Amino acid sequence: MPENIIIPISSEVLLEEVLKMKGSSCRLVQICATRIPDGYELSYSFGKDFDLYTLRFNIGEEVEIPSISGIYPASFLYENEIHDLFGVPIKMISLDYKGTLYRTEKKTPFK
Amino acid sequence: MSKRSIVPFGPQHPVLPEPIHLDLVLEDEKVVEAIPSIGFVHRGLEKLVEKKDFNEYVYVAERICGICSFMHGMGYCESVENIMEVEIPPRAKYLRTIWCEMSRIHSHLLWLGLLADAFGFESLFMETWRMREKVLDMFEYSTGGRVIFSVNKIGGQRKDMDNDMIREFLGVFADMERDLKELVKTFLNNSAVNSRLRDVGFLSKQQAFDLGAVGPFMRSSGISRDTRKLGYAAYPFLDFEPITSDVGDCYARTDVRIREIFQSIDIIRQAAAKIPNGEVSVPVKGFPQGEYFMRVEQPRGEAIYYVKANGTKFLDRMRVRTPTFANLPGMLETMKGCQLADVPILILTIDPCISCTER
Repeated sequence: MPENIIIPISSEVLLEEVLKMKGSSCRLVQICATRIPDGYELSYSFGKDFDLYTLRFNIGEEVEIPSISGIYPASFLYENEIHDLFGVPIKMISLDYKGTLYRTEKKTPFK
Repeated sequence: MSKRSIVPFGPQHPVLPEPIHLDLVLEDEKVVEAIPSIGFVHRGLEKLVEKKDFNEYVYVAERICGICSFMHGMGYCESVENIMEVEIPPRAKYLRTIWCEMSRIHSHLLWLGLLADAFGFESLFMETWRMREKVLDMFEYSTGGRVIFSVNKIGGQRKDMDNDMIREFLGVFADMERDLKELVKTFLNNSAVNSRLRDVGFLSKQQAFDLGAVGPFMRSSGISRDTRKLGYAAYPFLDFEPITSDVGDCYARTDVRIREIFQSIDIIRQAAAKIPNGEVSVPVKGFPQGEYFMRVEQPRGEAIYYVKANGTKFLDRMRVRTPTFANLPGMLETMKGCQLADVPILILTIDPCISCTER
């Protein structure tokens, strides 16, 4: 049975942990945010064959996190999505739409 | 260096059935960069999960897309069933497999028709869609719907197919297989079609991996991965292997999808031979608590359904990562260095579904 594991980390070691995933030949599967009472829960999922590893950490409101687009170029869409829908500030995205990826009537509707 | 110019492409374009916009940076007729822009039809369906009973949300999940509606409903149900540790009856697993493969056949036929239309082969487009119509007729016969089926529920299926109906479907698929063998000769051998598809839009195996491509788009670049092998529904009991090509161009993507149609017909035959009698659903009591990442192989590739539940009838989060969302970075890579006239074909060969992508 393939593994489906959630790995708790802190936001400070995000890039370090993502680099380890890259070093283990994992592909980026998805990134998503979930609203929690005092901020956001972020999940970065990586796949190797059929195994799924999800890096998980919480951040507070308006806490800026680094982009992983320098490591996984395809992350720019996920990061812009999280920024546009939840308002999570992400710095150094390789292609930053600055809030215009989704043309929503209300700004950050999932916030 | 030639002077650079930017040509806007879409969101309304004859070859695009759905809205996506690209800023194409050109040097003469050569594309050097493409910058995508989506968000024209964002509906916020994921947010609705906070206001809908988790059982009712199956109907919302189905409406994420009109082509993969069955698989969206099923993917969501399987996520919740995994959280609640619900084991659906064996017959329901086989029914899910048959309807999944019917969805794949109709989606690939739809795509082949759109491809033929894009390069101006109208009769080929009509022949392909004539064939697809038969699949929709079978959907209507077995579920009552042609686009939205509403046969999935948490705990199994709402409807059954009797064995006479399944035998009748096998007869239709046998005819379709024979007709399709004739039709694909044009897609694969016609010189005009070949000239539009061969040696265009390369994506290497490494690029496909690095950019997170999925589905037939990825398998056409030589990566042998098919999420059906994870073992959901009745797939663990059926014999099939991922269909791949090592070439990585637009022709390879067409070839892989065509072979997947034949494979789907074979899977339906195997499922029809093995489907057991019995119930199609089990009663589900209580509310889900926990989280799960479910993965399903849609016609366009791997889709992720993330569900987080809090023990009430409302879920905390339902997130869908659709295959087109994962394939956009790969599509942009294929465009680098291509001719402007090839852009519509390159976009089509990832089989984009923007409705899914924006949810």
